[in-house]
Amino acid sequence: METGAQTIFKEREGQIHRKGEEPFEMTCNRDSLAGAVSQRACVFCGSRVVLYPIADALHLVHGPIGCAAYTWDIRGALSSGPELHRLSFSTDLQEKDVIFGAETKLYSALTELIDRHKPNAAFVYSTCIVGIIGDDLEAVCKRVSEEKGIPVIPVQSEGFKGSKREGYNAACRAMFRLVGMRETTGISPVSINILGDFNLAGEIWIIRDYFKKMGVEVVANITGDGRVADIQRAHGAGLNVVQCSGATVDLAKMMQEAYGIPYIQVSYFGVEDMAEALYSVAKHFEDKDPDILRKAQEVVREELSVLYPKLQEFRKDLEGKKAAIYVGGAFKAFSLVKAFRLIGMKVVLVGSQTGTEEDYRELYEITDEGTIIVDDSNPLELSSFLQEQDVDIFVGGVKERPIAYKLGVGFCDHNHERKEPLEGFVGMLNFAQEVYNTVMSPVWRFAPRKVKRAREV
Amino acid sequence: MLLRHTPEEIVERQALMINPAKTCQPIGAMYAALGIHGCLPHSHGSQGCCAYHRSTLTRHYKEPVMAGTSSFTEGASVFGGQANLLQAIDNIFTIYEPEVIAVHTTCLSETIGDDIPQIVSKARDEGKVPEGKHVIHANTPSYVGSHVTGFSNMVKGMVDYLAEDGVEHKARTINILPGYVEPADIQEIKRLVKELGIDSIVFPDTSYVLNGPQTGKFSMFPEGGATVEDIRRSGRSMGTIALGPLASGAAARALDAKCKVPCEILDLPIGLNKTDEFINVLRKAAGVTVPDSITIERGQLLDVITDEQQYFYQKKVALVGDPDQLISLTEFLVSIDMWPIHIVTGTPGKKFEKRIAEITKDIPHKVNVRQAGDMFLLHQWIKNDPVDLLIGNTYGKYIARDEDIPFVRFGFPILDRIGHIYFPTVGYKGGMRLLEKILDVLLDRKDRDSPEESFELVM
Repeated sequence: METGAQTIFKEREGQIHRKGEEPFEMTCNRDSLAGAVSQRACVFCGSRVVLYPIADALHLVHGPIGCAAYTWDIRGALSSGPELHRLSFSTDLQEKDVIFGAETKLYSALTELIDRHKPNAAFVYSTCIVGIIGDDLEAVCKRVSEEKGIPVIPVQSEGFKGSKREGYNAACRAMFRLVGMRETTGISPVSINILGDFNLAGEIWIIRDYFKKMGVEVVANITGDGRVADIQRAHGAGLNVVQCSGATVDLAKMMQEAYGIPYIQVSYFGVEDMAEALYSVAKHFEDKDPDILRKAQEVVREELSVLYPKLQEFRKDLEGKKAAIYVGGAFKAFSLVKAFRLIGMKVVLVGSQTGTEEDYRELYEITDEGTIIVDDSNPLELSSFLQEQDVDIFVGGVKERPIAYKLGVGFCDHNHERKEPLEGFVGMLNFAQEVYNTVMSPVWRFAPRKVKRAREV
Repeated sequence: MLLRHTPEEIVERQALMINPAKTCQPIGAMYAALGIHGCLPHSHGSQGCCAYHRSTLTRHYKEPVMAGTSSFTEGASVFGGQANLLQAIDNIFTIYEPEVIAVHTTCLSETIGDDIPQIVSKARDEGKVPEGKHVIHANTPSYVGSHVTGFSNMVKGMVDYLAEDGVEHKARTINILPGYVEPADIQEIKRLVKELGIDSIVFPDTSYVLNGPQTGKFSMFPEGGATVEDIRRSGRSMGTIALGPLASGAAARALDAKCKVPCEILDLPIGLNKTDEFINVLRKAAGVTVPDSITIERGQLLDVITDEQQYFYQKKVALVGDPDQLISLTEFLVSIDMWPIHIVTGTPGKKFEKRIAEITKDIPHKVNVRQAGDMFLLHQWIKNDPVDLLIGNTYGKYIARDEDIPFVRFGFPILDRIGHIYFPTVGYKGGMRLLEKILDVLLDRKDRDSPEESFELVM
């Protein structure tokens, strides 16, 4: 495993690009190669992560125990109120259920749970096995909904029907059934829904606060710290503000079609993108509130006056250090590339599990010569690129962390396991601080590659 | 936090699991397969299964966990996964070059009825399995049993595929099947066996696979693991000691049936008595005497038990975990006069309830025990009859926090501490570690709750 090339499947060559090797072409959005140690997940996983932060809903996983066990409170999506979403409910399908069907079991599980917990809605997740045995989820949900008087919504998230991306779509279709169920009177014309933020480490509260300072009403959080009733009147908002690559953009599109609500895509990571997000919203509402742009500028100015001097401090030491990025969605990668640039660091590798051709073209545009761009990568590739590029910090999720650490490379979790908010202006500061503390930590001097280099000098 | 959602009133549930105390078979099979050197576990199902197992194992061990997946799509689920598995075998041997691929099934591939042996033999016929390399398999439907069942099935798979009968059983080796325990436990078992001067074959062996050192290198196949040759030779050993009936019993019996290697199936060596049992059986089987070094360790454990008995006696304990662990742990606690009064395993099997009832029969207090139970039930029991200590995996911390109970992490998964990766709970030393952990939380609690005037320096 000396160079990258030896560890790449021939079939995957089209999914890796080194900037500078013209012309840019990227094969992506294709099924993973069977046998590859892929970092990707399934449809159910996609649906579950999107819907799970809705805290006053019941989330029942209809399947064998594993699907529920592995997704029990792993994301750290915070709620300011009810925490029903942090429990794990499963029909725990057994062999006899697989043979005879499990509709009755599902029915009694649902009624029992709804009676006990009085949720405002229930989501029932379909899993691989349910797709095969053919339980009629729709019919069971309809019956329970009628009997209990709350929305009971099937989520068509059979694992084998694609990757996380299809799961996002199933989640959006499920949520769309809630939208429009409640009155919208009293909602300000200057109002938005926040889509695609999951309130990890309390991030949505930071973003809501910025919008509040601009005089923008937030109707529904979709889905971080989410509430059923808010989503049911989300169609009363003037604008959908969508973050994160694929997760909730389908819902925005459905709402645009059905209710004529326009949407914009934003990112709250990094200074440029955060400010851009506020300005985009302000511009959208300028005709309704002529003062709004000034208010947005005020928020940005106030935040930056604190942030910039501190970032300059970090930059002094971080200038020229090297970063690698491998994340779920490409949208986050865009912001991270810019954020690293702001603190003087060079991104030498960037990739995602589920990026589209369009995404990778944008990555190509914003990265430097020589940057390696990858789609649906695997541990061998990633580790060989990390070594080849001699990176100082790797940004990724749970499965990437130990790879970095085994190589003696710093790591930053920009996924479920982040402990500090990374969104917003304060998030940029937290991010810079974490990157600084990690990259500059003296522990890396113990890493074998550094020891070796020190000996050679 | 879960408090407000958990009512005291207990209603029997038939159709529903809340806050599970088990997970599904494939992850156990994957963990077992990692205990073969140079083995790539392979999940024959959707991508999500493999991603979830790898993530969970990574969170538990803080190590890279490698496994392939057949990446089922809609087509595979209709027409069967043969093409996917054939392609996967080809790709894996070409690029990753493992010695062994250990295929386990999933609920999906089980239900559509893929015949793994047939597919593997097709792969062999088509030249996709290089000379000298192996593909083994276990059926691990997620809707039967639990992760422990999956582990057991894969260990049995190792025997079925790899163990070879010798002309005669003259080899002086003893096979040890360590059970579904941590890498650090396997290391400790190996140390004890070596200390006794016994030549052993231990499999599966995840030590130095999932608790390896930082080397500056990422390796698909770390140093540790039982080699294929080890497992092959196990058929010529003079006997097998299987630890943990549920996790190791099936493989031990299969080895007896296949290669006529007699076996003795023991409880996991957790605590004084169960470790005594293990050492004794080893001693007799190999015809060795127990060295002073082990006698001293035993004496130290006994010393802790007697020195600190005033803090142990009559403390009420709630336990949640896997059957093999809980049976030995309950025995250990009862032996030092602690009272395990609520005991839950998620893994189904009536035998568990019988054995626990037998072990706890002299406790002068009502004992609740449940197989195929869950943490919601455990929480309800605790609300109705409070305890002084809770022992369980990381998910127990919700209950511990809500009810303000001292909590010791033990079992799988542990997602928020690291001790389990490096320090054993089996053997005499493991017993000492368990007691230290229990004492720490009990005495910390006493320190916290004592009024200032009775806050004591010496305890």
